Amino acid sequence: MNRTIEGSFQLIGGDFTNAGESSMQLKQKLTEIELGKDIIKKAAVVAFEAEMNVIIHAAAGWLRYYITKQELRIVIEDMGPGIADIELAMKEGYSTAPEWVKNMGWGAGMGMANMKRNCDEMKVDSVVGEGTTIDIIINLNNS
Amino acid sequence: MKLQDLANKLFLHTVSCDKGLSKDVSGGYVSDLLSDVLANCAEGSVWITLQKHTNIVAVASLKNLTGIIIVGGRELEEEVLKQAEAKEVTIMTSPMSAFETAGMVYQLLHESKGSEESC
Ligand SMILES: Nc1ncnc2c1ncn2[C@@H]1O[C@H](COP(=O)(O)OP(=O)(O)O)[C@@H](O)[C@H]1O
Ligand SMILES: [Mg+2]
Repeated sequence: MNRTIEGSFQLIGGDFTNAGESSMQLKQKLTEIELGKDIIKKAAVVAFEAEMNVIIHAAAGWLRYYITKQELRIVIEDMGPGIADIELAMKEGYSTAPEWVKNMGWGAGMGMANMKRNCDEMKVDSVVGEGTTIDIIINLNNS
Repeated sequence: MKLQDLANKLFLHTVSCDKGLSKDVSGGYVSDLLSDVLANCAEGSVWITLQKHTNIVAVASLKNLTGIIIVGGRELEEEVLKQAEAKEVTIMTSPMSAFETAGMVYQLLHESKGSEESC
């Protein structure tokens, strides 16, 4: 048997008040189905940084997750400005976040690096003026 | 050491989720950058910061932190406290600076580890 457990959350750009809600619900779900502690810790960071990027940089989006025996896959898709230079965006310290977002303690340019560090595979696809999709895989069997 | 002991010794004012005071404190971290906390703050720590907006609750919840100490005598908005209560995140405030708070937390944690080893 190899059932996929899946779910999704809608994300709204600029909605700082509810920021983290989707990631907290995902964490709750992962705790319920008893994925390992380390997996849950990684997933929490990945999901929250991705969720924040939609809230900070995009107009709206979805966070979707798919869990199989082998992997936890988190896909974050948004409608937004897109990323012109993905390699640059991945660099730690690079940020285009506005000043007021930086004053909140976001916009240190560490988000993409945090995601990368907490997963096994990360694919970023983006079209300028349309949006961004980030596809992340965390392996479940080697922990 | 228990969060309650730390709160007593530092004269912290607990503003949300009192019941979290019975949790253990295993470390501390000082930062006002939320991604830095997500990257580097260990589970079970107290997080010392001057950030006081609602996103700190999500950070503490997602990282399984034992509590947050807001320094510099800052007051929190009702909305944030409600959110903290709902997510069971213990927030405390102090009139001291981040430097003084961290110094005291550091010392207390080391003393308590020392005394645990000696008995
Ligand atoms: N979903 C997105 N839509 C548009 N731009 C993005 C998105 N995610 C990241 N970026 C770009 O990549 C940069 C780096 O992202 P990140 O490492 O998360 O840092 P930060 O969010 O702190 O700026 C952002 O400042 C932004 O320019
Ligand atoms: Mg970011």
